[in-house]
Amino acid sequence: MVRFFSALGAPLIAFVQYLGELVLLAADTFRSIFTRKLRWKLFLNQIVEVGLLSQLVVIITGAFTGAVFSAQTFFQFNKLGMGSAVGAVVSVSLCRELAPVLTALMVAGRVGAAMSAEIGTMKVTEQIDALRALAVYPVDYLVVPRVLAMMVSMPLLVAECIAVGIAAGYLVAIFILDINGTYYMANMVRWTRSRDIIMGLSKAFCFGILIVFISCQKGLTTREGAVGVGRATTEAVVNASLAVLVCNFFLTMMFNIIYPAGYQ
Amino acid sequence: MIEAPPSPKMSAEPPLVSDDSSPMIAVRALQKKIGQQEILRGVDLKITSGETLAIIGRSGGGKSVLLKHMVGLMEPDSGEIWIQGQNIIGMNERQLGAIRKKVGILFQGGALFDSMTVEDNIAFPLREAGERDRKVLRSKVSEMLEVMEMEGEEDKMPESLSGGMKKRVGLARAIIRRPSCVLYDEPTAGLDPVVADSINRLIRRLQQRFGMTSVVVTHDMKSAFDVADRIAYLHEGRIYFNGTANQLQQSSDPLIQDFLLGRSDGRGD
Repeated sequence: MVRFFSALGAPLIAFVQYLGELVLLAADTFRSIFTRKLRWKLFLNQIVEVGLLSQLVVIITGAFTGAVFSAQTFFQFNKLGMGSAVGAVVSVSLCRELAPVLTALMVAGRVGAAMSAEIGTMKVTEQIDALRALAVYPVDYLVVPRVLAMMVSMPLLVAECIAVGIAAGYLVAIFILDINGTYYMANMVRWTRSRDIIMGLSKAFCFGILIVFISCQKGLTTREGAVGVGRATTEAVVNASLAVLVCNFFLTMMFNIIYPAGYQ
Repeated sequence: MIEAPPSPKMSAEPPLVSDDSSPMIAVRALQKKIGQQEILRGVDLKITSGETLAIIGRSGGGKSVLLKHMVGLMEPDSGEIWIQGQNIIGMNERQLGAIRKKVGILFQGGALFDSMTVEDNIAFPLREAGERDRKVLRSKVSEMLEVMEMEGEEDKMPESLSGGMKKRVGLARAIIRRPSCVLYDEPTAGLDPVVADSINRLIRRLQQRFGMTSVVVTHDMKSAFDVADRIAYLHEGRIYFNGTANQLQQSSDPLIQDFLLGRSDGRGD
């Protein structure tokens, strides 16, 4: 029995400790954001890394998600004679769920992995110790620019994903599925509200924060050379992806309280 | 735990540096355990301003751990470390920043920032201190490269440098802000004898030119004899011997003789 509880307890304690480390890193970072001078060059470099270099991934994700969702919705709705409602469904789904979640998963894979691998390599090659020895606090130098860049980039990437997804859905509906474009647009505009966009962009902001802190924390706690860097990178991507999916549910429920479903 | 026998040198001979002089670094009863292994078991050491101390000892004996404690990169389990009259134990990272401006460290592999050129690596501490003038930065980097005998290598990336060059660039970066003290972690490890000798000469030159206090961790006895005013032998987590190179060489202590002669059969045990 004792063995059972100790077997259960050890991972639980490790998990709580991990959450604690994340919270402490976040607290340290936000303190630094408000009290220290920003390194603009590093911040802009990270904007390029996170935002600009994610363009292709986000555009392809948005376009094909919008296109396939438009087609699948049409196949079902058309049986009920509601083909022109496809636009509204595609638009609202992209704004509320698909664009934020899929963009976050893609960014976790592309940017989160790069962040944890880069910081992890710096850790195991003593470059982080070198920073500290040169009187530079690693959180100020490495974490703050990444967090700010993610806060700025993620909502913009999700907005881009939504726009590209809606455009791709429209093209598929009009040119392949032969839906009337005027009805499609009218229904889409009628049923898509600013609250849907606010919800999507707010989720993007939250997911960006989750991804960047999970990735940086994994990088900063990397041990045991090249194997450790590989492990940290994998764990960063897996943890960030899981955190996005789990938090998405709770954010949806929270937003449902703020903007109850069924009311326009 | 095997108690280290008292060093005959320590008790019989007068200390090289008088006790009343203010030490640059003072280590008192420093203890550190990593996992289950006791690395440091009560280290006491004083390093006076302007002197060069070599800390020798077997590989894995805790020399680098001791060095990292001196600049606050590791936290001890107990004990004190005083740098220019300030106890650094218990300081947070930001408070340690002020101390670290006074104490530079050369890491074993150089620890250069691999995404930056040689010039950017060396100029890094100045940029972080707020220097933005490109001309000033360039001239200071050139001056450091001249001291390091590496003129014209500004634009190279760390990956294209040899081991000795990496150490020189790491050293240039560590001293460009003119710290009062430089800590060297195995400065000659992995280098051929000629390059190792040039690094030793460099350490001597820096001490003469800038009057910096130096602490050199090494297991290379030639290096220790070349650069040090005083040598401390770290054995089983304690300072077993503390004296001049001459005193060390003349010691009849079997453990010291084993180490100096590189005997592994433990005739001294």
